[in-house]
Amino acid sequence: MAKPTAPVEKERSMIMQKEMVEGLFKELATAREKGRKVVYTFVPGNLSELIRAFDMLPVYPEINALQSGMRKKSAAFIRDAEKWGHSEDVCTYVKCDIGMMLNGNVGPTGQKLPEPDLLLLSYTGCFTFMKWFENLERLYPNAEIAMLHTPYQEGGRITDEMRQYMVKQLREEVIPKFEKVSGKKFDEARLAGILANSKRTDDLITEIFAQSRQRPSPIDAYFAGVYYIGPINIGFRGTPEAVTYYEELLKEIKQRAAEGRGPVTPEGEIKEEKYRLVVEGPPNWTSFREFWKLFHDQGAVIVASSYTKVGGVYDLGFRHDPARPLETLAEYCMNCYTNMNLPQRIDLLGKCITEYQADGFLINSIKSCNSFSAGQLMIMRDLEDKLEIPVGFIESDLVDPRYFSYSNIKNRLDSFFQMLAQRKVLATA
Amino acid sequence: MADYFLGIDLGSTTSKAIIINDRDEVVGKGITNTRANYEVAAEIAKVQALYNARFHLLKQALAAEIAADPAFARYAADLDAAFQFVQFESRLERLRRELAETALKVETRVPATELVKHVQEIADGILATGRRRYMEEDLGGKGQFFRDIVGEAYAKAVEERPKELFEPLMLLFDKSITPVENEMMAPDFSELVHQAQAMLERYHAEKAAPDEAAALRRAAGAFTAAIDRVAAEELNIARMVGTGYGRALLPFPEDCIRSEILCHAFGAHAVFPKTRTVLDIGGQDTKAIQVDSHGLVTSFHMNDRCAAGCGRYLGYIADELNISLNELGPMAMKAEKEVTICSTCTVFAGAELRELLNVGERREDILAGLHKAIVMRALSLLARSGGVKNEFTFTGGVARNDAVLHYVSDMVRRNYGQDLTINVHTDSIFMGALGGAMFARRNIKADLPAAAKGAKAGAEENEGMA
Repeated sequence: MAKPTAPVEKERSMIMQKEMVEGLFKELATAREKGRKVVYTFVPGNLSELIRAFDMLPVYPEINALQSGMRKKSAAFIRDAEKWGHSEDVCTYVKCDIGMMLNGNVGPTGQKLPEPDLLLLSYTGCFTFMKWFENLERLYPNAEIAMLHTPYQEGGRITDEMRQYMVKQLREEVIPKFEKVSGKKFDEARLAGILANSKRTDDLITEIFAQSRQRPSPIDAYFAGVYYIGPINIGFRGTPEAVTYYEELLKEIKQRAAEGRGPVTPEGEIKEEKYRLVVEGPPNWTSFREFWKLFHDQGAVIVASSYTKVGGVYDLGFRHDPARPLETLAEYCMNCYTNMNLPQRIDLLGKCITEYQADGFLINSIKSCNSFSAGQLMIMRDLEDKLEIPVGFIESDLVDPRYFSYSNIKNRLDSFFQMLAQRKVLATA
Repeated sequence: MADYFLGIDLGSTTSKAIIINDRDEVVGKGITNTRANYEVAAEIAKVQALYNARFHLLKQALAAEIAADPAFARYAADLDAAFQFVQFESRLERLRRELAETALKVETRVPATELVKHVQEIADGILATGRRRYMEEDLGGKGQFFRDIVGEAYAKAVEERPKELFEPLMLLFDKSITPVENEMMAPDFSELVHQAQAMLERYHAEKAAPDEAAALRRAAGAFTAAIDRVAAEELNIARMVGTGYGRALLPFPEDCIRSEILCHAFGAHAVFPKTRTVLDIGGQDTKAIQVDSHGLVTSFHMNDRCAAGCGRYLGYIADELNISLNELGPMAMKAEKEVTICSTCTVFAGAELRELLNVGERREDILAGLHKAIVMRALSLLARSGGVKNEFTFTGGVARNDAVLHYVSDMVRRNYGQDLTINVHTDSIFMGALGGAMFARRNIKADLPAAAKGAKAGAEENEGMA
């Protein structure tokens, strides 16, 4: 296997982002001493603003799992969870998280994570989340539990009933639990203030991801994209720091676009953009850099990806609305990528392929992720037929290193890129 | 001087080479087993293809005579067989030396001199049988490799000897075969063909009837003149493309390397131009490929993480049943029913096979079930890749297995329409190499400026070999 050894190149925003993440973990490590309450919740449909409105701190189990994966700690955690009785087929985020807790709940940065005061479950498009929290409930019997059911967009749209159903849950179930745990009264005006920052962040991130419409694209909307979405996915949405971060990021990207430069990757800048791709499915975290390098080496830039929409879809016009705080939170949850039905996902991906002028569409199918993997072949066939775009399919896993087969993936990607090259030669002939 | 184009497909089980002319016509093909040394495997396949190309030219030069005169036709066929045999003979002699040398080095309870005596007798026996089988049974045309032919004959000879010799003699073979197999032996074409002619002269003197012998001598004279002309002709390999499982290890410039997906599709499409779906079952992977009207790939699917249901699985089953790979298909076709097979996992195959034999199932019926199970896996891959569109072409080494072909045809038609055209070529195993050669001729490159440089380097590298 190719082991990258050169020093990693980073953008300024990546460093800022890293500091934000580390800051959060530091805050979490001292939460107990400082008397801050902690809520465990999930990324898709995360109620970041509500948590902030109660001065609580969020812990995202998926983020811990992916961070553990990137730091090569996940294999041991998964092994321990399997020893504890979890099957090989269970979501590896879950097993990594459970394994981490069984090992003293020391987070990816090496600092101990506080136990949850509240388990907030908003299971957006992923039913494994429910089982995951049932496990956490047993591990933390003293934590309060709040459940927010997000109706799936089965009909392809959000109805008034769906919105009312969610707002009712927020008012009658979720907010009272927050009040009980935090000891604070719900302040709607304060929430609205936080949501105003979120709206600003929504606009900025939309503009950032729109930059890849340019040729060459100044960003990679998948591999670098996961860094870009980091802050909004780990609870900074709604904070002034997030607004500053995204302003800085946009400035940096616009600068690079103006200079006609390609994306920065750990192996250096992509000098020649040969292929523009749209990618569906989460990346592999345990071999993230090797995985990215396979694209870098071929001059392949990902101009749009569904994964970066997992914590919110802004392409179709949704923005947080401070004037309707609870309704907007409900709409945000229902608008997450994995909560959209398959025809909606196909439309969204098709829009990305067309608007971002992609040469190919690639799926990274995750062995242990039902919410993403179900329907992927159908999505692929449909896009292939409708848009006559070359498609590719590879398989790996989130954080179980046993399922990242470098040579298999390289073999398929080689074929995929050669297929794209052939079509380009034919198109220009 | 005519230009030729070479495609090499280095598969997990076999390595194939194809040489085409500037009209996409196949002039030479070569195949060998892929061994530990990929470079040797690729080189042997290539040398075989070059020999084969010269034979092609030779037959072309004497086409009129071969068509008109049965003595010429017989001489051409015998020369081909003799040519294969003399190569077999020289490698067998090399093995004989290696076995004798190894006998002196290993420590066994049997004295080395006695082992050497047995080794010599065994080699004599293999040589005599080999000569007969090459000349009378067209062994050279059966696609069996040196290791298989010699291994089978050696094991048989050892079994006929006293039991205490079994282990030391098998040990000698295991230690000797690999270095012999990995040694590059590629003498000049004219040297080999003259050896074959000399051998044939003796053979005909011994076997042919007097009036026939005279006609064969006349043909031999005409062949000698043509051989000298063909041997002197330069076979210029203008460009080459490598593909297959081991392609990254081929001693080719990087831009002369193509994915096997593209090559198999292109080769299959060239032979059957209406192909839209290709199924390739090779040694370690199964590929379902969709192509457009130009033979270019639009999408593909491959088995991941598990090689169950590929050629190697069949090889393993054949070993378990102690029969040759070629016998599997015909045996399965004699089934009266299909036994349901739970696992196509190669690792579990032996256990399941034995259990089924234990409960009294017939070998034929078990094999039918196994073949069906393999094809069901391939069908699932086809479904994942987008189904089967007309026409459907089946390629790869496993396509030579009649039972697999039977189930593929049956299930594809039942699932995708009875009026589908299903194509299988006798040379289906060469489709990847053919696609590679055709890419080489067209010089379709991923990266045009660098490719031009690579193609030139490839041509230079090849000059000394043609």
